[in-house]
Amino acid sequence: MPVLDLVNEALREWINPYYYGIFLVMGINMILAMSLNLVTGFTGQLHLGHAGFMAIGAYTAGILATKGGAAFLPAVLAGGVAAAFFGFVVGLPTLRLRGDYLAIATLGFGEIVRIAILNLDITGGAFGLRGIPRLTNLPIVIIAVLLTYVILHSLIRSRVGRAFIAIREDEVAASAMGIETTRMKVTAFVLAAFFAGVAGGLYAFWFRFISPGSFGFLLSIEILSMVVLGGLGNLLGSVLGAGFITYLPELLRTSVPAVAQHRMVFYGALLVLAMIVRPNGLLGTSSEQGWLEMWLARRKAKHAARGPARLEAAAPGQDGADGRSGE
Amino acid sequence: MGVLGQQLLNGLVTGSAYALIALGYTMVYGVLQLINFAHGEIYMVGAFVGLLLVTVVKLPFLAALPLAMLAAALVGVTVEFVAYRPLRRSSRLAVLISAIGMSIFLQNVALWIFGPATRSFPPPFQVSVLQIGPLRTNTLALLTLGVALVMMVGLHYLVRHTKTGKAMRAVAQDRDTAALMGINVNRTIALTFLIGSSLAAAAGVMVGMLFNAVVPTMGVMPGLKGFVAAVLGGIGNIPGAMLGGIVLGLAETMGVALLSSQWRDAIAFAILILVLLYKPSGLLGARVEEKV
Repeated sequence: MPVLDLVNEALREWINPYYYGIFLVMGINMILAMSLNLVTGFTGQLHLGHAGFMAIGAYTAGILATKGGAAFLPAVLAGGVAAAFFGFVVGLPTLRLRGDYLAIATLGFGEIVRIAILNLDITGGAFGLRGIPRLTNLPIVIIAVLLTYVILHSLIRSRVGRAFIAIREDEVAASAMGIETTRMKVTAFVLAAFFAGVAGGLYAFWFRFISPGSFGFLLSIEILSMVVLGGLGNLLGSVLGAGFITYLPELLRTSVPAVAQHRMVFYGALLVLAMIVRPNGLLGTSSEQGWLEMWLARRKAKHAARGPARLEAAAPGQDGADGRSGE
Repeated sequence: MGVLGQQLLNGLVTGSAYALIALGYTMVYGVLQLINFAHGEIYMVGAFVGLLLVTVVKLPFLAALPLAMLAAALVGVTVEFVAYRPLRRSSRLAVLISAIGMSIFLQNVALWIFGPATRSFPPPFQVSVLQIGPLRTNTLALLTLGVALVMMVGLHYLVRHTKTGKAMRAVAQDRDTAALMGINVNRTIALTFLIGSSLAAAAGVMVGMLFNAVVPTMGVMPGLKGFVAAVLGGIGNIPGAMLGGIVLGLAETMGVALLSSQWRDAIAFAILILVLLYKPSGLLGARVEEKV
């Protein structure tokens, strides 16, 4: 596509290569985070193996390009379809499980994918797959991010999307209202797998080299932390969360040398801190309060208690703190 | 028979280490419904403290093991205090992410202090090879088995026959009601972390010596597998975690003998998925009805 190449040339002129690469990875992470949000944020199913779908997409696209000579778009789409297929095969039995059990099953799936890639011949094993042409560029990724957003946004506003949210709010009630819960959950899972597979394809065509180590459990966790930090059930939040989590190590890298050298220490600590201060993420929609709000409310209550209405002022704060349910 | 028996023995030794790690997972899950992803890192901390006490301070094994357990227990309780307690009333997902952050933090602090290289952990006593009938083993493997057994019996006694254990079971059953009965819930949760972490540290010291390797990333795989073992036995169920650990260890060594060692880790996770599909409550877990 000549227009895209032209735009790409212009962007390359305008942005320095370091940031060009960061923006591109950010975009890929945004697609991953938005698709995971569909399963975890909107449908309420904790999924800890998203990196597995990304790996399937990346390897499908990479193998098709290096061994089959496939073009960019068919290879990336094939990656998405392959991931969606695995999403269906894995989702159908496991999505009958609830809560933590599903989380564990998906974790197991992600690990099995990684170990399988490590031990198969066609994937190049531990040495990885090399020689993939560099065909991904920033305009393509931006278009993919926008497409993902538009598709998922309109999906959530549709009848199917409302069914997803109903399942998240109360699965038993949703089933009583005639929603086929397992079918809907599998739909969400397959769609999310497709987008993760596409993101994997874009990744393969950008880095030109993929190895099983790039798609470990930690990546699944990182995608999840983007979603949770951005706010569950908020697509725009996932975009922000992905941007923040991708940029954070880079930000730490360019800071004070001592911090830069051990940036993962600070990354872990900041993740804990972010959760304590904003347990619902940056753009969380739930009414639940974080530690910060609770502390402010308590302070306010104490302040008010200095007046004559001592008991009345303290009571609502007390109620608010105890009435909330943790589960 | 000889090969089979040998594999059974090896599986039993690895399995007992998995069981020790699984106990911490299952206990914490019981009281907080939290998958404590930092648990594998506590195991790693235990191994490093043990290594330092043995090689630098030159303590004998019987002094180093309890001290390593104590140090890791303090780290575990601190993690609970810093990262989980402020989120007691938040969604479970927020606590989960916080646990993951803690895991990344601890692992990288260890990398900062000790570097990425694998260190060898020479046992502070003479290890001799034993021949029992057709089976070949050594004193270290038997000691691992013995330590695990003593810890498990001790834990069982604590949970079943002491007031503290009763408080832990009460908190696991219903936190709010337990608080109304006069149980100090926060202290009980801290105690759960204390005990679970010390068991993981014991496993860390023993495995570190058994494989003669201690490294900051050593907690990741055993952490995940300890968790698999806990689920296998029925999460929240203490005898289940012991059984799950042993079964996982045996299944792994058998699987490796039948297939190949490269698929070792996949075996654990395949078992996990099969168990979840056919008996999600685990081997010893009771079926829990979803509350409407």
